[in-house]
Formats: sequence, structure tokens, C-alpha cells
Amino acid sequence: MTKIKTQYNRRSFIKSSAAASGGLLLGFSWFAGCTPTEVESAATVMKAVPKNWFNINTFLKIGETGLVTIISPNPEIGQNVKTSMPMIVAEELGVAWKDVVVEQAPLNDIDFARQVAGGSQSIRQGWESLRMAGATARQLLINTAAKKWNIDPSTCSASKGIVKNTKGEELTYGELAPLAVDMEIPKEVPLKDPKDFTIIGKDTRNVDLNGIISGQPLFGIDTKKEGMLYAVVLRPPAFGQTLNSFDDTATKQVSGIQDVIQFGNKVAVLATSTWAALKGKKALKATWKKDTTLENSTDHDVQLLALFDEKVKEPRRQDGNISKAFKEADEVMERVYEAPFLPHNCMEPMNFYANVTAEKAELIGPIQTPKWTRQRVADLLEMDESTVSIDLTRMGGGFGRRLYGDFALEAAEISKISGKPIQVIFSREDDMTAGTYRPASKYKIRAAIKDGKITGYHLAEAAVNANMFDSIPNNFPAGTVANYQVDNHQLESNITVGAWRAPYTNFLAFAEQSFLDEIAEKLEKDPVQLRLELFEEAKKEIHPEGNYDIDKFVGVIKLAAEKSGWGKTRDGIYQGFSAYYSHNTYVAEVAEVKIVDGNPKITKVTCAVDCGIVINPIAAKNQIEGGIIDGIGHAMYGDMTFKNGVPQASNFNTYRLIRMGETPDIDIHFVNSFNAPTGLGEPTLPPAGGAIANAIHAATGKRMYKQPFVKEVEILG
Amino acid sequence: MPVFSIHVNNQKHSVDVDADTPILWVLRDNLNLVGTKYGCGIAQCGACTVHVDGNAMRSCTLPISSLGDKKITTIEGLSSDLTHPLQKAWKEYDVPQCGYCQAGQIMSAAALLKSNPSPSDEEIEANMYGNLCRCGTYNRIKKAIKSAAE
Repeated sequence: MTKIKTQYNRRSFIKSSAAASGGLLLGFSWFAGCTPTEVESAATVMKAVPKNWFNINTFLKIGETGLVTIISPNPEIGQNVKTSMPMIVAEELGVAWKDVVVEQAPLNDIDFARQVAGGSQSIRQGWESLRMAGATARQLLINTAAKKWNIDPSTCSASKGIVKNTKGEELTYGELAPLAVDMEIPKEVPLKDPKDFTIIGKDTRNVDLNGIISGQPLFGIDTKKEGMLYAVVLRPPAFGQTLNSFDDTATKQVSGIQDVIQFGNKVAVLATSTWAALKGKKALKATWKKDTTLENSTDHDVQLLALFDEKVKEPRRQDGNISKAFKEADEVMERVYEAPFLPHNCMEPMNFYANVTAEKAELIGPIQTPKWTRQRVADLLEMDESTVSIDLTRMGGGFGRRLYGDFALEAAEISKISGKPIQVIFSREDDMTAGTYRPASKYKIRAAIKDGKITGYHLAEAAVNANMFDSIPNNFPAGTVANYQVDNHQLESNITVGAWRAPYTNFLAFAEQSFLDEIAEKLEKDPVQLRLELFEEAKKEIHPEGNYDIDKFVGVIKLAAEKSGWGKTRDGIYQGFSAYYSHNTYVAEVAEVKIVDGNPKITKVTCAVDCGIVINPIAAKNQIEGGIIDGIGHAMYGDMTFKNGVPQASNFNTYRLIRMGETPDIDIHFVNSFNAPTGLGEPTLPPAGGAIANAIHAATGKRMYKQPFVKEVEILG
Repeated sequence: MPVFSIHVNNQKHSVDVDADTPILWVLRDNLNLVGTKYGCGIAQCGACTVHVDGNAMRSCTLPISSLGDKKITTIEGLSSDLTHPLQKAWKEYDVPQCGYCQAGQIMSAAALLKSNPSPSDEEIEANMYGNLCRCGTYNRIKKAIKSAAE
């Protein structure tokens, strides 16, 4: 049995009643959707709503009826942590999931570590502390019962909200909770054997599902507060411009307009309705002046390619001697892969509520990085951070855009200047044109081939305002080739860039997986066989290691090959292979393409995943499907260019997202594992582009080098 | 501002708004029915889909002055107890990820099933083409619609 030291201090175990905690303890959306049909049979009847709640620790409180509230600490952007993280607590606590309600925590960095949605890390980094929270509470309740019975706690057991002893006596968690708050916190607690899990590994529906499908106010944009005004902001139309002057005469004629405020190079229109604010903004007449260069994507293309000719000061990874390898090669392959900027296009446009007074600043809204945002809001307002609060709402997508918090800072500034509670709302055009894009980037990859083997590999990156982060240079095929080098080049620009779902690898994986496919073709090897041979090479320990586990990587490759019928010829079906390790999860994908009316159509993707133990299979598969579809959609259609600093797409009539009817069937297979879980928000996206590009090549003989593919080859939806 | 009367989910309301105000913002800002979502404002994403006399319409480009005495149904009025076959199917398949587009998806699908109770795959795809989902839940949406249709 695994025993762990507990880390909860007395502070976390303060008794409180519902009234003392403000009364608002239940996620109302859960109850709003609790229908008679769900409570028909006794087995599914949820325990009654209690009069009093007893705080067992910062993650959970138990009512006298046995109903348990589990606090979900991390921001929910659609990655399902609001369901999956409480499942882990409930598992170790030993309570039936039907007797659990979930409550979203506000920003609280004293009690919770890493309240961030990003990097596919919530489950991975939360795993131990969530288990500990549940297990500590379970042991506390067992100790409480044992004391009451005057017996040794080790003779008691707990499950489904009941502590039992060997005489067959029982006490419910509801009966024990009021007594437990006065008990000493156990110093060491046992964890369950994963083989005994009853909640983890079972399909568990999204806790906000009922609220979502009945239109309850869950999202930031749904925030309504007494006296709140809606604020729509005019920002410079081109990167490189600043505000010269503005005329709000026409704006003030719009009914419902309350105020027009300049802050920095922006003008906010405040109104009693969103429509009035949108109209008022359109009626503003502003003149702009050029501040820095007004850039063009066509120039970026030339400049980025030119960077490849410059020598880097220090390679990001350097094994052996690539110059020598390329000099001695029988043959050198060199390819350049190119990708545009991409906007994030969260379906919920950026928005935030702020009410700033002399004493405090209250903020509410969708944010992936509440702690960092609070620090910056406090700095901006010149207020002590302890007077700034951020409540977290469900987010209509994040994809990296909601890491940046610029919208929250705008809300705080507008509220401070106007002295009113306001909600900033971005129009779709604001959302798509105000900045923070996946950086436009190019990869040049060279391979030295000698005696039918890869003897040198050189990966060079040229990207706008960005370069791949630390571990990426050690991605496969690093560790499999003796002479290996990774270089970064950066092009400075006034266009703002940021993390976009699976940063860097969202495009790098396509480049590398396409390149490997071409090497396999050159060497007349099966692409799967080539990868397996490279891993055999990596096992020899003559090369510096890559950042991956060879056995896990090989495991998903073999599983995907087996389940997809890789290599078995089927009439009119062409396959493409791709495998990638990113964000701590191993993924292999096989795409299938058919020729329909002379054009390739992507019909199926078989996907193998090793993410450790699967917490919630139905939700895990949803993430996997979404990542693949998102990856295909952006490889196929995603495109944002700039002309004189102006974004050339501004709404969904000029920016193409993948739609219904353009997605393949997806067949998912997990590697059975009891290892600690990793994440799934990003990992299946990177390999998708390479899988479909390689399948398109198999079907048409045409290689994809530039995204979006739709510009390269006509693809049927 | 002129006063308009509007029938929403079997209730009549009076609202004092500009004649060009889209139904979307009347629902969200005046009637506090925020289940209908803003996504693009130009009828390209489907997040704002409501029923107007039973037909799926994009409420973001539908000015209140054009409504007359037509009756609106929003996601809040689709069923009183989550028993619409599509809501049940959405639960069975655990369709949503972020969830933001789902009200519009369900309203589009509900209008489809009303006019075509057992649509083919192609008919589902054609009907749902106007509803975007950045999370990529399309395959589950299609399965849920098929299951609700059966």
C-alpha cells in the first residue's frame, strides 16, 4: 500500500456552516439541471442538500446529509478539469460520484497551487495533491469513527460515504463530518491501489453539462451585475499605428451611450447595452498615425527565409558534428516548411468584468492565468494585490489566447477611469484583429544520408517574435542520430504573438513528420519501420538522449499501426503515419484518404495514446477527437496574413474554420496504464497535420510544404 | 427609443430598444436570457441560433423591428426539464467541451429534426454546416443528432 505524508495544515480544517461561508456553496448549474428523470430510482437519488457544511480541507466540505462539495481549483476552458479533477478527490475520499457537487474555486493562491489552464498540465500536476486531499479526508473520517467506537482505525474501512467496522457498525460521512472538524489531521495516509478505483476510469459526464444544454449563465460573457455598463473598445486598426485624434460626436448621438473614454491608444465606448456600445464604437471617427513599420506578410516570408542563411551564436542542441556528417553524406535532403500566423478564435470572444473602487478591485471572467493577471491588474491600478479579487467563470475556449489577460487589464483600467462597474466585450472583429497570434514560422530541415542511414540532422527554426521553448529541441528524432543540431532564428516584429494550442509543435510536428515520411520514401523504407529502426538506434546509448521514453513511444506507434491495419493494402484507401510526443503524452495517428471525384478526402484517423492512467474516458476521448479535428482544420484552412500592418481576416466570413462534414471518423485506442496521468488538451493536435499530409501524398503524390493545405491542393470536405 | 413587444418562450415582453437592435442583444441584455450566445455578429458561426416560429434563425442579424408578432424559442425554452430528445442525446454522448457553441448547435439541430425527423448523414452535415465549434465536437454532435432522430 502506498502511504503518503499529508501536507495540510490546521488552517485548512476550520469548521464552518453554510451561513458563515456566505451560503453560496453549491454550483447552481448542477441543481438547475437536476431533473426528476434523474432521480427516479433509489440508486441514483442524490443525498439531500444539507443545512450545514463542514470544511474538511480546502478541496472539500461535507454536509450533515452526506452530500460532498468538491472544489475544483483550476480554470475550465473546455479541457474538462472541472469534472476530472474532482473525480480524483472523490475517488480517494471514497464517496459515490452522485453525492458530489462541484464548485469552481476563485483565485486562491494560498490554498491552491498552479491555478493555471495551460500546457496540458492541470491533471498531471494536480494528480498527487488531489489524491492526497481525498485520502486525507477519508482517513480523518475513519479516525473520527474509530474514536467514537473506541477502536483502532486500522480495523475500519470506508467507501461510498460510509465508515464500517468489523462488527458491521456503520457511520456515514454526514454523521462524521461535524465531529471530524475537531479531530487531528492524520500525518500519514494510505492511497488506494489503482486496481481498486471505482470513479477514475469510468465515463463521467461533464458537471456543467446540464447548464450548458439548457443555456444557464456559466461563461464570462454571461456576467451581469447591478449598474454594469458594457464597454466596447476601438483599438489601432494596424500594428504599428497609434491614436492621433478621435471625434465622438456621432457616438454620443447613439441612444444608450454613457461615456467615451480614451486610455492609451484606445477609446472605450460605455453603454447600457452591448448593441449600443458596438454601434457607438462604429460611429467613432478616429485618425491614426504611423508609429513603427506597417508590416506585410509577404515581407516576413522573405525575411524569415533569409534568416536561415545567418549563423546562430549558439545552437539549441548540438550533438556530434553535423558539418562533417553533411560533408561525408551520400545524399543530403533539405526541405522548408512554412506556416502563417493564426488567431485563436475562441468561440466566446474576449471579455472581462471589473469593478474598481478606491478600496478594492473585483474582477470576474474567463482567464487561463488568474494569478499572473491579478498581479498585473494590481500593478496597473497601483493597488495592493490583496485588494484585487478574480472569480473564475467557465471559458468558451482558451487555446492560449486567455493566458494573456490584456482584456482583464483593459476592463480594470476602464472601470477605474469611469468609476463604474463595466464589462469589456470584444466584437469578433476585435477578437481576431487585436493581436496575439500563433507566430508565423518556418522550419528548414536537412538530413545527411550515408549507406542508407540518417547520419546527420539539422533543424532550423525561423519565427516571428518567438522561438521554441526549452524541451522541444530534444524532441524525437533527437537521440536517434549521432550528428544533430537545432538552431533558432527570430524575426522581430510589432505584431503580437503568443502561445497557441500546443505552441510550436502545432506546426513543427507537421514539418518533422512530413520530412520523416520523405526520408522513408527516399530510403525505400516503410515509415513505421523507419521510426522503429531509429528507436533501436536510440537504445544504443551512444547518442545524447532525447526527451522521450522509447518504450512508450514505440508502444503507441505499434498500437496505431495494428489498429489501423497499417501497410495492408485496401482498394482506394491511402494511409499516412505520424507520431509525436508533446506535453508529456505519446500519440500516434494514422490518417486515411480516399480519392473522391479526383480529389483527396480525409475519411478516418486512427489514434493511439499513452497518457498514463485515463481519468475519465468519455472526456479523454472528447479531447483527443477535438485535438485531431482542430489540428486538421488549422493545417487545412487556417490562415492569417498582414498587409500594411492590418490583419487580412477579421471574421468567419474571411477566416475559415473546419466545419461539420469536413471531419474524418476517429478511432481511439489507449495504452492500458496505471502510470500517473499526463494531459490531453494539446497532445493529439500536433501529429494530425503530418498524418493527413502523408496520406495526401500517398493518394496524390503531392507533398505539402505550406499551411494551409487548401492553398496547395483542393481537398474535399 | 421605441417600445417593441416580443414573444419569447411563451412569454410576452415589452422592450424599449432601438429598432435596429438584433434579437440576440434583446435576449441577452434586456431579457437576461444569456443562453443564446454571441459569436460573430454576421450570421457566420451559428452560436446565436434561435427558433423564429419554429425555424432556425441567426439572432445576431435579426433586428427586432423585423420580428412582428413572430414567436421566439431560445435554448432556455427548448424544454422545461432537459427532456428534449437532443438534450438527452447531448448528455448520452457528453458532447460539449468548452460548451459555448452548444446552445446554437442544439437549436439548429432541433429545427432540422422538426422538419426532417430522420435526416441522412449528408442532410445533418448540410444543415449543421453553419454552426462552428472550435473545440471540434462535430463528430459527437452528429452522433447525438442521429441518436435523437432514431
